[in-house]
Amino acid sequence: MTLFLEQVLNGLQLGVMLFLMAAGLTLIFGIMGIINLAHGSIYMIGAYAGTYVAMETGVYYAGIPAALAAAALTGAAMEFLVVRRLYKRDHLDQVLATFALILISNQVITLIFGRQPLFVGLPSALSGSVELLPGLFYPSYRLAIIAVGLLVALGLYLVINRTRIGMLVRAGSTNRDMVRALGVDIRMLYTIVFGLGALLAGLAGYMAGPILAVQVGMGEQILITTFVVVVIGGVGSIRGAFFASLIIGVFDTMLRAYLPGFLRQIMAGSEADALGAGLSSMGIYLLMALVLLVRPKGLFPAHS
Amino acid sequence: MTQSSSKTLLGIGLLAVFLALPVIADMLGQPALTSLATRVLIYGIAAASLNFILGFGGMVSFGHAAFFGVGGYVVGILYQHYASGEPLFGFLPGTNQLLITLPLAILVSGAVAAIIGALSLRTSGIQFIMITLAFAQMLFFFFVSLKAYGGDDGLIIRRANEVPGLNMRDKQTVYYVCLAIAVLFFALLTRLVNSRFGYVLAGLRQSEQRMAAIGLHAYRYKLVAFVISGMGAGLAGALMANFMRFASPDMLHWTKSGELMVMVILGGVGTVFGPLIGAGTFIVLETLLASWTENWQLGLGFILLFVVLYTQGGVQALLQRVFGSRS
Repeated sequence: MTLFLEQVLNGLQLGVMLFLMAAGLTLIFGIMGIINLAHGSIYMIGAYAGTYVAMETGVYYAGIPAALAAAALTGAAMEFLVVRRLYKRDHLDQVLATFALILISNQVITLIFGRQPLFVGLPSALSGSVELLPGLFYPSYRLAIIAVGLLVALGLYLVINRTRIGMLVRAGSTNRDMVRALGVDIRMLYTIVFGLGALLAGLAGYMAGPILAVQVGMGEQILITTFVVVVIGGVGSIRGAFFASLIIGVFDTMLRAYLPGFLRQIMAGSEADALGAGLSSMGIYLLMALVLLVRPKGLFPAHS
Repeated sequence: MTQSSSKTLLGIGLLAVFLALPVIADMLGQPALTSLATRVLIYGIAAASLNFILGFGGMVSFGHAAFFGVGGYVVGILYQHYASGEPLFGFLPGTNQLLITLPLAILVSGAVAAIIGALSLRTSGIQFIMITLAFAQMLFFFFVSLKAYGGDDGLIIRRANEVPGLNMRDKQTVYYVCLAIAVLFFALLTRLVNSRFGYVLAGLRQSEQRMAAIGLHAYRYKLVAFVISGMGAGLAGALMANFMRFASPDMLHWTKSGELMVMVILGGVGTVFGPLIGAGTFIVLETLLASWTENWQLGLGFILLFVVLYTQGGVQALLQRVFGSRS
């Protein structure tokens, strides 16, 4: 039972990380109509910048502003130099231009930091674990990630449902052309959305640092999972991104935790492990295919 | 000059260059050129297959490496069973005959494309891009977990498949076999593009509603096109497995799908020979940049960015603009 609860928490932690990525990506899809493969690169750059500063200063928290600033700067540069020219292009051009951005950012990071992964220590206050239930110890850093993620989700909910900017964002993801026709400065809205997405991605990247290795290619790993989340949740829908992130996070973690053991009961150990690992990696894609077949627009479509 | 005769001219010109290439390579003392050209031909077939649905049919598939990889694995798995003497699934004997493995690779990748296409084509736009990517990822992880066929490390094919009467251990022979297959492939593709089916496909790209109003069943046409495209990619994968004597999950990696799209756009979307030129450009660039610097991807990224942002229609259009439009 404690093991199961621990896996649920692990799933939630993965889920909120995915949400931080997916919230930005789904808005960029939904409002700007851009497929941004380079969103994972912003995540990676945030992770590198934050981890580097934290390593140099020895203070974990010093990395946070650095990660956010680097992500925001990268995002702004990408939007200004490349993405701005892609609004009127078809999806193919967007995929290729942002694919080029991935190649460029991966190589630039390799040139600056080399191929060795970076590691950052946990802040002392969060390095222990907490006894949540009798016998259930859980690392406090992971709990902190869940808390931060849920706080960000709450903040986004308030911004989007209670502020003027949020109103424009909602309107933009429902009907972009109508918003433009009503005289809203759509460029400013685009910049805000892209910047917000970049900030969240940078934050996610930095927080992932102590759990995963900070290395080139980390962005693509999470990027593809994030796409799955965005598509399952419904393009342009923050609410959809939130629920889909948690579903995918928990589903993926559960498969990885329990499938190999289950298979080991019916076949030889090493083969069961390999097959289990493969099948559990396939799981989320299978789920996505199923969802799209039943609801081609995702679970919570923004344009209903 | 009319459009079609200039295209025929381009085809003949390309063929002459490819026919003479091994001889020129030997004269220059650069036998590596032949290997390079073999890869160009193989990737040209794969990219042209992708372009058939992408450029002509308007379906942006982000998972075409899946069919490429399936084709490669058909050759690899059949070879492994041939080498071990153990029949596949207990009754299918393995083989190392190219004349059997190639058609089988085409059939199997076509069948896989039929399943993936039948499901994916129910969506469109961003969802279509993502669901094709998702299926490709599924197959990628499937092959990674197939321990019996090498899993992560891939399958080594000790000798290229045999063709009666030919010495397939000679790289030049392999090159000419690939060339012959490529010529057949491009001839068929040209016929297909200019057939009624090709026109329907182009019509579907422009307006599905209009085609439906004429009374055509869009879904069926798109599915058939998707299957044909998957078969072409599978053929290319089977040739690649023979050429590299290796099949691995890397053939199905999503960046490979991205590279195929890059080749298509480099050469020019929606043209028959564009993808071949694109494949050539991509591979030559990759080789040149890689011999010049370890960080070749940086250069490639900037070139790709430039091509996407500033040249509409890729290298072929760029050449046409430089040398004046003739059509």
